[in-house]
Amino acid sequence: MSAASTTPRAAVSARQLAWRRRRETLRRGWAEFRQHRAGLVGLGILVVFVVVALAAPLLASSTDISVTRAPGGVLEHPSSTYWLGTDDSGRPVLSLLIWGARISLLVGLTATVISMVIGTLVGLMSGYFEGWGGALLFRVTEWFLVIPFLPLAIVLATVLGRSLFNIILVIGITSWPATALLIRSQTLSIKERPYLERARVLGAGRSHQIGRHILPNVMPMVFANTTLTVAIAILTETTLSFLGLGDPTRVSWGTMLDQAYSVGAITTGSWWFFMPPGICVILVVLSFTLIGQALEDVVNPRLKARR
Amino acid sequence: MTAATPTGTPATEQRPTLEANGLAVEFTTRSGAVARALDDVDVSVRPGEILALVGESGSGKTTLARTLIGLERPAAGEVRWDGAGLDYSARGLKELRRRVQMVLQDASSSLNPRHTVYDSVAEGLRLHRLVDRDPEGRSEAELVARALASAGLRPPESLFLRYPHELSGGQRQRVLIAGALALQPELLIADEPVSSLDASIRGEILALLLKLREEMGLGVLVVTHDLGLAWNIADRIAVMYLGRVVESGRTEDVLAAPQHPYTQALLSVVPEIEQLEPVVLTGEIPDPTRIPGGCRFHPRCPALADGSAEAAGVAAACAGSPLPVLPAETVGHQVACHLVAARQDG
Amino acid sequence: MTTPATTSPAPLLSMRGVSLTYRAHDRDVPAVRTVDLDVARGEIVGLAGESGCGKSTLASTILRLQPTSAQVSGEVLVDGADVLTMRWGDLRTLRWGEASIVFQGALHSLNPVHRIGRQIGEAITTHEPEVSDDDVRRRVGDLLEQVGLPRQRAQAYPHQLSGGQKQRIMIAMALACNPSLIVADEPTTALDVMVQAQVLDLLSGLVHDLGVGMLIISHDLSVLADLCDRIVVMYAGRVVESGPADRVFEQPLHPYSGALSAAFPKVGDPAARFAPAGLPGDPPDPAALPPGCAFAPRCPRAVDACSLEVPVLADHGDGRSVACWRVGEP
Repeated sequence: MSAASTTPRAAVSARQLAWRRRRETLRRGWAEFRQHRAGLVGLGILVVFVVVALAAPLLASSTDISVTRAPGGVLEHPSSTYWLGTDDSGRPVLSLLIWGARISLLVGLTATVISMVIGTLVGLMSGYFEGWGGALLFRVTEWFLVIPFLPLAIVLATVLGRSLFNIILVIGITSWPATALLIRSQTLSIKERPYLERARVLGAGRSHQIGRHILPNVMPMVFANTTLTVAIAILTETTLSFLGLGDPTRVSWGTMLDQAYSVGAITTGSWWFFMPPGICVILVVLSFTLIGQALEDVVNPRLKARR
Repeated sequence: MTAATPTGTPATEQRPTLEANGLAVEFTTRSGAVARALDDVDVSVRPGEILALVGESGSGKTTLARTLIGLERPAAGEVRWDGAGLDYSARGLKELRRRVQMVLQDASSSLNPRHTVYDSVAEGLRLHRLVDRDPEGRSEAELVARALASAGLRPPESLFLRYPHELSGGQRQRVLIAGALALQPELLIADEPVSSLDASIRGEILALLLKLREEMGLGVLVVTHDLGLAWNIADRIAVMYLGRVVESGRTEDVLAAPQHPYTQALLSVVPEIEQLEPVVLTGEIPDPTRIPGGCRFHPRCPALADGSAEAAGVAAACAGSPLPVLPAETVGHQVACHLVAARQDG
Repeated sequence: MTTPATTSPAPLLSMRGVSLTYRAHDRDVPAVRTVDLDVARGEIVGLAGESGCGKSTLASTILRLQPTSAQVSGEVLVDGADVLTMRWGDLRTLRWGEASIVFQGALHSLNPVHRIGRQIGEAITTHEPEVSDDDVRRRVGDLLEQVGLPRQRAQAYPHQLSGGQKQRIMIAMALACNPSLIVADEPTTALDVMVQAQVLDLLSGLVHDLGVGMLIISHDLSVLADLCDRIVVMYAGRVVESGPADRVFEQPLHPYSGALSAAFPKVGDPAARFAPAGLPGDPPDPAALPPGCAFAPRCPRAVDACSLEVPVLADHGDGRSVACWRVGEP
């Protein structure tokens, strides 16, 4: 072969190439994403909320949200001291909102991670393995799919007590099947593609086929699905907390809504108590949805570009 | 690895052979009927020679290629490599595929769109840990570059980070070939290597296959429907119809003087063939779930239709008696046809 | 077999100076660059070329099917009327009534949930809504027989048919409204050799029986050589050679036609044994054409001058024309 090819460049290692490729992919992906105004808006909103959640101790003192050491009066209107007024215990609503962001986002993200991991694994396995193994996993998925989340949450809350962990558990258990079904059908179709057969011809075993070929081609769908799942998880947490199944010692937007409801904030017109948490939930869910839509477009064009 | 051997010379028995003995492969259709895609086939190919499997869709040629590399299990008969039957365990198949490789049809869908050219070519190297085993201690990148260069892609480094959709059809095909060559196989099975490519670049890919035979002593089994391709590069040819080999021998013998009515018909409709009157067969290849009795070609055979079979007294045999299976090892020109057999005797 | 179109009455199809440019993102992609093409009644013309040469794009202008964002110039006259500028009503009449297309990838062009008879009948009822159901059925049956299929096939669904049968259905559809011009885009690609022969026989038979004009597009020069009266070879959006079919195939004047011709070797020719003929490089990307002759980078006979100016299509006598600066030189 041409000896000229053994220039220093030929000494580039496979790892360096892989990194170069990843950087290039990310750069291209970001350039594509930037063109979606809606996606950028969503990303902006999300960044704001994440920053607020992370910087909560700096933005609002933790004493503000303690019921016993609440600084303000009961259900005060918004004023220059308390921008969003206070709740029925005298705690500034703005502080509650900031600290509540932590819980809502944390629960949403954690539950989603659990759901994604389980869902992807089960979906891949049930799609790849024919025979009784795959069929069994499929049945299990279907069984979990029909479990209603509300009764499950109530049962868990009754049996194990009310806690964040239970909420995360409930959301995780009830949302992974949808992902698994999606991943399974993707796996079924990818499995038949010629490049899988080529991998087999080259000598690839099952784990190589799944890990190097099926999973990377299924990941785009996983990402798009993830953003949707986070949105649903946050909504679910809000719902469960609103229904009183959340952790009473923690503040989340859902518990705020629950609290507002029980003290009749709606009838007394204390809008500063129940509207801000509701709007925050809407904004966060919207941001994830917008990001998810933009991500779908970013991930797809590479396949569309095939001649 | 064998040293470069003279092309087209008959068997020197040290070279490992990939052969099919009495191979039969069946598929069950949705309605429950059993389709015999391959019905008792003997074929062999060894490094240093190019064998073309020619036939139309439904002839079983692709099934034969896939069974030879272990992607399908035979219902009867066996595949033998290097003197031993195929070991269908994961390890056995992997060992086989280290030395016998396959280039699939349609390069555009045979390459993972998310893998770069480098990844696709290195895949085989990684699976078989060839970088560790390399006697000259070359790195993975060097081996990948070497494979790409032998497939005619120069300079190889410029393609490392490209994706399949950024390449032309010809380049993709070469990448597929490079991926197979990276394992330094002794035999290559190529399924329709140029049918999806533009006409003006077909020649280059075919020339590449010839060059690999010359320089590396590679043996090639080409599956194709294109008689012109067989004429261009094949030493031997086996014509298949509905799961059986109907005629085989050296390419010059079979294509210059075809004996079987099916081969004659196929050749006659190749455009611009002057010496044969076009014989356009009616209908299409029958359903492999209902293979005709006797000679499986007899319902469409022009010799039966125009009375020559009757005149030779074999018409009853054509419809009723099955034909013997052509043996794989052949230097001579062999035909599975009652009429031809009768004429040779008479 | 060769009847120069110039001596007969006005050709059925006359394309003059047709150019088509696609707008892609921010670039202009010239897919067709000033092409002249004629097809007379009862004549079969072959349009040969590979991917990216613009042949399918050119054919789409015959029925004004090019994308709306594409810029087209030149004249496309079907029976004297300019397709590119005619009114919508006239265009609707033209489409299928006077000219029809058998599209590439015909095997996927059938609606899987409708029976064949209904799909063919759709072509008739769209153009002639006043035809009664019985008459439509009768005509569908006639069309099926004309393409060599039994009348009962009208009851079948597409998935029940083989590739060759589906291709015949597409041809039957193209005949539904008795057009005078039929364009067949790669009618035999993806078909088996024997089925290909059957379809080609069918097409030439139709031309003979019905006196229609036919434009066949293919990358397989040998198929065109057998079937057509004249061949026009395109490369990178331009016509590089045209002339009587057998002459273009046997004695090509343009090096590209030579390469196309050699790509499908004559079986039985000793010179072709172990000598596959092909060109280096790839067909050019229409978005990035080289200066001068677009074929120069791959041409075995190119000299520096070839990259300076685009060769002009020049008459070479005997009804042949070539666009090459070095034609006739050794």
